[in-house]
Amino acid sequence: MSVPKDAGWKDVPKAGRILEPGSAAKYETGGWRTYRPVHIPENCINCLFCWIYCPDQAILVEDGKFKGIDYAYCKGCGICATECPGKRGNKALKMVLDEEA
Amino acid sequence: MSIRVGKTGNEAVAEAMRQINPDVVAAYPITPQTEIVQIFSSFVANGKVDTEFVTVESEHSAMSATVGAASAGARSMTATSANGLAFMWEIVYIAAGMRLPIVMPVVNRALSGPLNIHCDHSDTMGARDSGWIQLFSENAQEAYDNAVQAPRIAENPDVKLPVMVTMDGFIISHAMEVMEILEDEKVREFIGKYVPENPLLDVDNPVTLGPVDLQDWNFEHKRQQAEAMRNAKPVILDVASEYAKLTGRKYGLFEEYKLDDADIAIVVLGSTAGTAKVAVDQLRAKGVRAGMLKIRVFRPFPAEEIADALKHVKAVAVMDRSDSFNAVGGPVFVDVRSALYDVDNGPKIVNYIYGIGGRDVTPDHVKTAYADLAKIAETGQVENPLTYLGIRE
Ligand code: SF4
Ligand code: SF4
Repeated sequence: MSVPKDAGWKDVPKAGRILEPGSAAKYETGGWRTYRPVHIPENCINCLFCWIYCPDQAILVEDGKFKGIDYAYCKGCGICATECPGKRGNKALKMVLDEEA
Repeated sequence: MSIRVGKTGNEAVAEAMRQINPDVVAAYPITPQTEIVQIFSSFVANGKVDTEFVTVESEHSAMSATVGAASAGARSMTATSANGLAFMWEIVYIAAGMRLPIVMPVVNRALSGPLNIHCDHSDTMGARDSGWIQLFSENAQEAYDNAVQAPRIAENPDVKLPVMVTMDGFIISHAMEVMEILEDEKVREFIGKYVPENPLLDVDNPVTLGPVDLQDWNFEHKRQQAEAMRNAKPVILDVASEYAKLTGRKYGLFEEYKLDDADIAIVVLGSTAGTAKVAVDQLRAKGVRAGMLKIRVFRPFPAEEIADALKHVKAVAVMDRSDSFNAVGGPVFVDVRSALYDVDNGPKIVNYIYGIGGRDVTPDHVKTAYADLAKIAETGQVENPLTYLGIRE
């Protein structure tokens, strides 16, 4: 369900009901995250392994190149950072505590 | 014109269910409730109702099928007792959390073990915080009247919570009384056509009910549920006043019996209220200013109203037909004492646990409690905060 950012308990459908079909994409899952991936552009070789492996389609790509991370959906699983080969062993993605990023 | 009939509590509730004519009843037999669904199943077999009757293999399934039917958009009911209610436990909470307006008569019986089939309130008292509205009945008439009012309370848009209608096992469920029932059309008119909220069978408006609900919104949905229980209080009173116009029988959150000028009073639920009224009358005849407060609506708990009704009394005894095993006292006592906490110079309050496992309680038992209260009122001293009334010491 899409719910306004400032919605309170009186504004949402009761009992967690989802009244809008096909609305899973509007449900932002980024709030589940503890660590977030942070991109280091100078180490990126644009292999797009991160894009392939991300289970949440949170890696944004433009013109065949790494463009950014959609933190509204990134759950912070760290798969992208694990898979990232980086440049000469220096990873282009590192996981940082969300509140410290 | 109401119709005067002789009925047992179980017959009276089965009759109310026939008149409500629910879309679905899913139920499993258990003593002392069995007769309700047995009689109702004969109504189904004889074409007296339009109900789809689902025979299930357990109470867990009975409540599950009732939740499924209610989610689909059906006006749904079931009935149970004691261990049946305990076996439903998981789904009892789900029914409330999903905000499904199910109505369930519960015939109060001791929860095993040791095995016992007779009346006490340990079954429904255990479910007091399950999110269900709980209406207690003194006799068959009240069980019938509560059952007819229950769908209106449950289905109110500001409430949308399930309702338990209780009556005391055997004492009420199997004893015949003269009582009044309404004509079928009057009941149907009173409860009205059921318009379900977000039914799954409305395929043009597909919805998901009961999805996973994690840290980000579960708290808000529980806050809504808490509010619905608060909303239920005025709704219960509105439905009662409409019902009074129809029947002449008035219901509130509780009944006060000679409480206005009482010095000493007991708080009680269910059939023992009838016994207590006899005790009050006998004491009044001797000039003792005894009164009684009978709780009808235990959930939502009418805390402010009870405090207001008891604030002038010198000493109060709360009668619990179940123990909390909290090493303090019974569940009704704990709630009533908490309600009285903010009353300045409020009454002294003591607890009597009685009638466990169907142990008989007579006017004489109740009078011993009043005798203790008279002493407390006179001296201002509480010697025994908790008494097991009628126990063999
Ligand atoms: S941390 Fe997980 S969810 Fe977030 S971008 Fe990386 S792979 Fe995707
Ligand atoms: S996996 Fe690493 S190197 Fe490859 S595109 Fe993603 S961030 Fe850049």
